[in-house]
Amino acid sequence: MRGQEARDQAERKAAMATLAQSSGDDIVRLWNATGLPSDAELLRGPETGLVTVRGRIGGGGSPFNVGETTVTRATVRLRSGQVGHCYALGRDKQKARLAAIADALWQDPARRAEVETGLIAPLRSALATAHERRRAETAATKVDFFTMVRGED
Amino acid sequence: MYVAVKGGEAAIANAHSLLADRRRGDRSVPALRLDQIVEQLALGVDRVMSEGSLYDRELAALAIVQARGDLIEAIFLVRAYRTTLPRFGYSKAIDTAAMLVERRVSATYKDLPGGQLLGPTFDYTHRLLDPELAAGGDVAEPLQRETDAQAMPRVSAILAREGLIEPDGEMPRDNVPGDITREPLEFPMARDIRLQALSRGDEGFLLALGYSTQRGYARNHPFVGEIRIGEVELELDVPELPFAVPLGTVRVTECQMVNQFKGSAKAPPQFTRGYGLVFGQSERKAMAMALCDRALRASELGEDVVAAAQDEEFVISHSDNVQATGFVEHLKLPHYVDFQAELDLVRRMRAEYDARENPVKAEDKREAAE
Repeated sequence: MRGQEARDQAERKAAMATLAQSSGDDIVRLWNATGLPSDAELLRGPETGLVTVRGRIGGGGSPFNVGETTVTRATVRLRSGQVGHCYALGRDKQKARLAAIADALWQDPARRAEVETGLIAPLRSALATAHERRRAETAATKVDFFTMVRGED
Repeated sequence: MYVAVKGGEAAIANAHSLLADRRRGDRSVPALRLDQIVEQLALGVDRVMSEGSLYDRELAALAIVQARGDLIEAIFLVRAYRTTLPRFGYSKAIDTAAMLVERRVSATYKDLPGGQLLGPTFDYTHRLLDPELAAGGDVAEPLQRETDAQAMPRVSAILAREGLIEPDGEMPRDNVPGDITREPLEFPMARDIRLQALSRGDEGFLLALGYSTQRGYARNHPFVGEIRIGEVELELDVPELPFAVPLGTVRVTECQMVNQFKGSAKAPPQFTRGYGLVFGQSERKAMAMALCDRALRASELGEDVVAAAQDEEFVISHSDNVQATGFVEHLKLPHYVDFQAELDLVRRMRAEYDARENPVKAEDKREAAE
């Protein structure tokens, strides 16, 4: 795979990850603020189904099935031809539809920057803030061991 | 003689509307919202997700309300709901080493990379009821501490450097993980399938079995190598995309139990391991699962199978609380015909017994009857 193509794929995947992790409410709110078009032909869904979560024996060994999770997916096509997909945990159909449109718009070179700056970047920064807070709250519960002075000398 | 009858339709309908009324309770008390349950009864929600084998907080919360807080009934509701959904596939295996950790403790190493992070734990609380909570006072924001992102390798990886612990469990090459939601249980069963059954198994049942191993029934000297709780990313391979599609994150609890093992004909002296992985923050369950996983490896490790916790068919066949409650609770449904047949049989046996033990009296009885 050529370098540019690999970079594009990594960026697209990162955008999809941000959309999947964000709440439907946040996506709708930002969407309305950006004025991105929300009309697209629905090719599939939005529909909810199951994905079986796999873990690994001992953490890093052979895979095994842990249990299932709800996932909602949608596939859309823009009038300009781009086909966008979304798969996201949960049962939020509106979120899946908008995220699929966002994925399609992202693939349109004329729209990519708008999607990245208007939608993905603020979502990503909100997620990063939430993660950082979680990390810092957990860090406050870290045990600092200290050695007792035995007073022998 | 019992003839088939039908009835009870009105009684059943009225019972269900009475159930709906009692579920709602006193109308002057505000009704619970699902988000209140998700936020404030989070560990109950996690238990329903783990044993219902479906990761969806809102559905679990709905099930808890609908079941009036009866968690096994809620688990039953969630299991039934699952069957109505199409299946999109199997995720890529999650990487617990890359977890956004919310709690991580080890009982085997004091100073380990990443440190001991207590997180939101009941440990070290005094287990005193809190009247302030009953009064509904405000709760302070948690403290924060500056942190440099430090890698948190699994403890098993640290022990592995010395070669004194067995590696992570490996199935034979090309093994496709078994799925108990697709194929019926068969014994003996491979460890991957066993782990799936244990992960959705009843917490109380697995806890009791794990406890029994500690008390000497299949003793295996466990240490908590590590417990970690946090969020991991989930990805799914789909044909329409050239990369695994990211689905979001799920919270899981992982327990690495480390067990002393003096060696056998099949393996050298070393530490062996039991593994627990469950949905949500479910530490007790993950620990019990790890104890049971280790106990159930008895045959694989050349140990004598002498206790209930080591008996795979016994443990796995009885670990599912939906199956268990179904079979136990069906006993209260009408068995009129079965019982009539049994009654008839017992009457006949009793008459034969009486005739054999006390022929004169039996004769008198018959004459009196005639």
